[in-house]
This record gives sequence, C-alpha cells and structure tokens, in this order.
Amino acid sequence: MSDQYYGQQQPQFGEQGQGGYGQQPPQQQQQYGDQQYGQYEHQHQQPQHQQYGQQQYGSPYEQQQPPQHQQPQQPQYGDPQQQHRQQQHQQYGGDAPQQPAPQQQFGRSSRMSESSLRVVWVYPDLLSTYGDRGNALVVERRARQRGLGVQRIDVRSDQSVPTSGDIYLIGGGEDRPQRLAAERLRNDGGLVRAAENGAIIFSVCAGFQILGHEFINDLGEREPGLGLLDVWTVRGEGARCVGDVLADVNPQLNLPQLTGFENHQGVTHLGEGVSPLATVQVGRGNGTGDGTEGAWRDTVFGTYLHGPVMARNPAVADLLIKLALDVNALPPADTTWYDELRAERIAAARPA
Amino acid sequence: MPGTDSEAPRDASLPARAKIAVTAGKMAAALSQKAGRGSGSVIGGKVALKLDPDLLATLTEHLDVVLVSATNGKTTTTRLIAEALRAAGPVVSNALGANMPAGITGALANSTSARFGVIEVDEKYLPMVARDTRPKAIALLNLSRDQLDRAAETRMMAEKWREGLKDTDAVIIANADDPLVTWAASSCKKVVWVAAGQAWKEDAWSCPSCGGVMQRPGDDWFCGECGFRRPNPHWALQGTHVIDPHRGAWPIQLQLPGRANLANATSSAAVAAVFGVAPQVALQRMQSVAAVAGRYDVVQYRGRDIRLLLAKNPAGWLETFSLIDGPPAPVVLSVNALDADGTDTSWLWDVDYERLAGHPIFVMGQRRLDLAVRLEVANLQFQVVDSLAQAVDAAPGGRIEAIANYTAFQQLRKAVVA
Repeated sequence: MSDQYYGQQQPQFGEQGQGGYGQQPPQQQQQYGDQQYGQYEHQHQQPQHQQYGQQQYGSPYEQQQPPQHQQPQQPQYGDPQQQHRQQQHQQYGGDAPQQPAPQQQFGRSSRMSESSLRVVWVYPDLLSTYGDRGNALVVERRARQRGLGVQRIDVRSDQSVPTSGDIYLIGGGEDRPQRLAAERLRNDGGLVRAAENGAIIFSVCAGFQILGHEFINDLGEREPGLGLLDVWTVRGEGARCVGDVLADVNPQLNLPQLTGFENHQGVTHLGEGVSPLATVQVGRGNGTGDGTEGAWRDTVFGTYLHGPVMARNPAVADLLIKLALDVNALPPADTTWYDELRAERIAAARPA
Repeated sequence: MPGTDSEAPRDASLPARAKIAVTAGKMAAALSQKAGRGSGSVIGGKVALKLDPDLLATLTEHLDVVLVSATNGKTTTTRLIAEALRAAGPVVSNALGANMPAGITGALANSTSARFGVIEVDEKYLPMVARDTRPKAIALLNLSRDQLDRAAETRMMAEKWREGLKDTDAVIIANADDPLVTWAASSCKKVVWVAAGQAWKEDAWSCPSCGGVMQRPGDDWFCGECGFRRPNPHWALQGTHVIDPHRGAWPIQLQLPGRANLANATSSAAVAAVFGVAPQVALQRMQSVAAVAGRYDVVQYRGRDIRLLLAKNPAGWLETFSLIDGPPAPVVLSVNALDADGTDTSWLWDVDYERLAGHPIFVMGQRRLDLAVRLEVANLQFQVVDSLAQAVDAAPGGRIEAIANYTAFQQLRKAVVA
C-alpha cells in the first residue's frame, strides 16, 4: 500500500468549502451544470412545454367530438390552439401574440382557476419513490389532449403548498420521508386549507396514509396525519403486500376496473366518513382482509395502487379533470395504448 | 475462466476443508457448464460455500482485496480497476458480474497466485463480503433507486453500508457528489473522496443525516439544517481529465463511451493509487477495455451496426441518454420485468424519455406496452415491435442504439448472435 496518492487530511464536515476542490478552476463548476435534474421548478417547464407546443390540439375535437357536443353540460373550450398560446403567454410572460383570450365557459360553477388547470404535485422530494411522477404526467397529458392549459406546480417540502390548486397529487415514499412529509404538511397547513376549499386530492400509498388520521412512522410511533380522510393505518403483522392488484371500483364512481401494483406494509382501516374506493379481485388492497381498496369522500381519494395508477387507469385521471371542470363528460382522447396495457395487465393478474 | 490470471494452482496451500469445498464446487461448476447453463461459477460457489462457510475468507486471505459496489457501473469499474492493477501484479476478479457471495466464491475458487482480488459486490451483500474478505480498499460509486419491489429502500441501503463499514480498516474510495454514498462513507476511518459526478439527483433531496431539505447549488450540495455537506474531494473528474490530489491533470482516453465511464475511470484511478499505481499508468491500461460483459458492444446484425447498451434503473437510463448518438439515430428500447429485473415497472415514469424526441423509436420487450404508454404520454412518435429483427428492418439508416434493462439486454445479445 502506498499513501502517495490519497489525500493527506481527512475532511471534516464542518470545515468544507463550497463544492470545493481547493483552487478548482471555474470549468469544474460548469461541468455538471447542464444536468440539473433535481431542480423541480425548472425540470418540467421548459422541455415539456416545448414538446406540447408541437401537439395537434385541434384534431381530436373536429373529427371525433360532434356527438359529445350535444350534451348540455359540455363546456365550451374555444379554440384550443389559441388557448394554448394564451397559456404559454401566461407562463413565460413572453411575446405571445396579443389576442383577446377566448371566452371560456366551463359549465356550471367551474372550480378551475382562470383558464388553466392547476395541478399541484405535493412533495416530490419526499414522496415520489414509485414512479408517482407518472400520475402528474398523465393528468397533464389527458388535460392537454382536451385542449386545456395546464399549470403544473411541483411543491418541494421546504415550500408552502398553494391553496389555489385544482388537483393535488401526493405519492408514495419510504418510511422516514413519509414521517417528514406528514410533519411538514401539518405545519404548513396549505393542503388542509385547499381541501376545505373543495380541492381535488388524489393520494397514493404513503400519501394515502398521510391523509388519514394516523399511521405508524419509521420510529414505530403513531404519527398524526391530516385527517382529510376518515381512515387510520396500522403496521401489518403479516408479509408485506407486494404484487399485482385488480379491483372493482365503487359503482358510484362509474369507473372501469382498476389495475395496479401494490407494495406496502401498512393496513388501513376505514371509518364511517369514507367509502372504499374499490373492492379487490386480486391483491390485498387496504390489507384489512375485507377486500376494500383505498378510500374516498367527495373529492378526496386514496389508493394503494402504483403502476402508476393513472397510467394503468386513465379513466381516473379523466375523473379528476371532470371534477375540476365540474362537468359530466370530456371530449374523447385516444386510449389505444392504455387499453392494450390494461388488457395485458388484467389478463396477467387474473389467476390462471 | 475469463478475468482470471491462470498460473500455478494455489490449492496446495489451502486447509483440507477448503480444498474439499473448492473441489466439490469446481465439479458442480463443470457439470453446470456441460449442461449449457452458463459458466457455472454461481452454482459452484454455492456448493463450495455450503461445505465451507468460511471459504470466502480463506480464499482471499493472501490477496490484496478491492471491493466495488454501487447501483450502477460496478461491473465496468471492477473491470477498469482490474486492468489498472495488473500493472502491479496478477489479478483475480469476478469479471462476469456474478456479484453475490456464491458467485464471488465461484470466481475466486479458480484463483491462483494472484496478488489482487478485484471483486464486484451486490449492494446488499457489501457489509458481509467486507467482513469476510478484509479488503484493503472499497470503492463506493453511487446509490439510487433500483428494483424497489424487492431491494431495500435506497436510503436504508446507505444506512446499511454506513453501519457495516464503520469499523473497516479498508481505504474507502467514495463519490463525494453522491450524498447517500457520502453518508455511507463518512463514518469510516480512511476515506478518499472523488468528485465523480452524479447526474441523477432524485434520491437525495432529503438529508440522509437529519431529513432536512438538501440544497444543491451547481455541483455543491449541503443540508440547510444540520451542516452535512459535500466533502472536499481529493480526486476529481474534470471534463475528460482526472485531477489527482497533487493537482496533476491526466487525460482519460477510453474506448467506453459516456460521462459515467469517465467517472468510473476517475474512481478506478483513485483505487489504483492506493496500491501505488500512478494515474497515468492506470489510465493507460484502462484504455484496453472495449466492452464489458457485452455492454457498449457494437455488433453487426442483419447488415446493420447496433450498439448494445444496458440501463437498469432511472439513473442508468439518464446516463445512457447522454451518450447515445443524436437524432436521427434510430433507438430501440427493450424492457422486461422478470424476477431479475424487478417485477414493478413504475420506474419507467422516473425516466425522462422526453429526451428521445427526434429519434425514430422502436419499442419491444416483455413490457413494451408499459413503454408505449410512457412514450405516448411523453408525446413521442414510436413503433411497437415484436422482435429486434422487426425493429432493425424498419429502422431508418445509421447506427442503431439499443437500450435495454437486465434480462432484455441478455435477450438482445442472444438475438444478435442467432
């Protein structure tokens, strides 16, 4: 062994410089500068919005829409292209053409803030372990396919949760991040105020548990949740629930069968203030042994399904958009690949 | 056995029990090989370990052992370190990526009068293998989400490393740009910090020490709450140069593509230096590595050039996207979800497939429909195909970049030689 090439002094955490390598030339600072995947604020806006700029908003309406236009509750969207320009203008504050915004009439008392759907993704830094970003991407895509503008707001856990969102998504995560997320959401209060305003909230796994009264945290203690759903979660004594799930949705919600993948230890009991979201055909769901899966009340939903759940069940994303617009139906949007995936996963999950 | 310097057998020096175990293991390996089931080193190792549970310790007793662990890049880095250390003496290595105790034992049972043992170790087994083999150096490259349906959570893995390595006498060569690796290594006595970079940041927004929100200005990172922060690196990757602790800059000339391999070479140079191999010598030797277990291999198939690339998890896909030819190079994506891949495909949604805009894209593999939905939501054009042949025949001109996860990659390799 030779000491020649490894450092003489071991650095202590207290006394280290800013990203230091001693007298590092400035190039070092730039080296990773174009790989900032972690900056949530930047990550999703520029590249994705440029992408959507190439999208053909017009065609789905003009060609497939007519029968649906007859429905009395159907919103008048105006010209989707124009709306998109409007949206870009709002986001970038740039030199978008100064045309008057089309008159938007979103059915009855629309919940939608101004002309774009505000999708708030809660704490991706803590609760985004199982591809939960997919739920935000699918909601955004399904809304844009209907010509809606979408403003996605990714809220990191050191930022306050805005109360003016239309749809809030909160995902799954590991045990310690789950405790930190519950603490910060309780202290922040934004999500609870949004719920009081009637916001639509869709939660998955660890996020679902946080919306309840309490769960067992990584220290083995009872951790208070937000109490937005009348459920409470204990630690399951048996094996972890891992695997494919098939579940029939509560008939009141009028949704096709859910397919997903579960991976959790918690067992969630439902109180009288909620209904089960679904009943499992395959899988464990809430883990209570009575076949219930997830929970819902009004516009607040919880599920154990990953996949992500919206990618496997785009009808769930459409439901949230309908609730946000306060309409009963949406213009059709292509579901070819979702349908094929669903058929494959449902067949694979069914016992032979 | 590839990756093994075969010289005079050393079995004569082994204790009787170890000798019997090694012999039985070799018989099992030979049988397995005859049956056409791979190299047989894993089954051989299993048989041998059953007969002598201390065999791993016995086999490594006379070696200067280097362990290499990470979520991504461990097979390649093991290979680079092995090449570098051959400057100082014969090396034995589990070069084929059999990285759990049985596979490691199987590879070392063929060992000879080697001086160095350069061993790739699965993340989960690192503390155990580090205890049994008494390594002189341990390289920790990166930690990120991978196979969540069966592996431990990423932060827990860092915690396990930290706990399992805190009493080791080995020199730890650790990536200072990865907060989880830094957390794992920072309880160790001797650490060489390497600024090797880490493009994927999504698993380290929460401070591994206190849970505070991590601040990440530029290349730096620190916890706003507890003061846990990026250590000053002794070595650094800067552009295409390795900067050594004496501020010497050495050009890296690899056949292997991509930023991630420049990082692997930097860490490998730091490891080689622990054994007195100077960086210029180490880097020169690394230049000979062209493909590692078929990865990065450019093959001919149906009259076309296809580069085979392995990407198993979001961090791996991210690094792979940064090294492929730009549009309009055709890209084939293949994803399986067999046991060895992890059976949950939700990680596809952590990968920025949006970056493939402009490439003709072909989608295949057991879970091609999951990929199809992912690409549809990314608003990309793509074709779903049933086989590599179909993709290649439909692809426009130019070298084809084929990116696949673990078992899908093995299938691609088989397809191109068929």
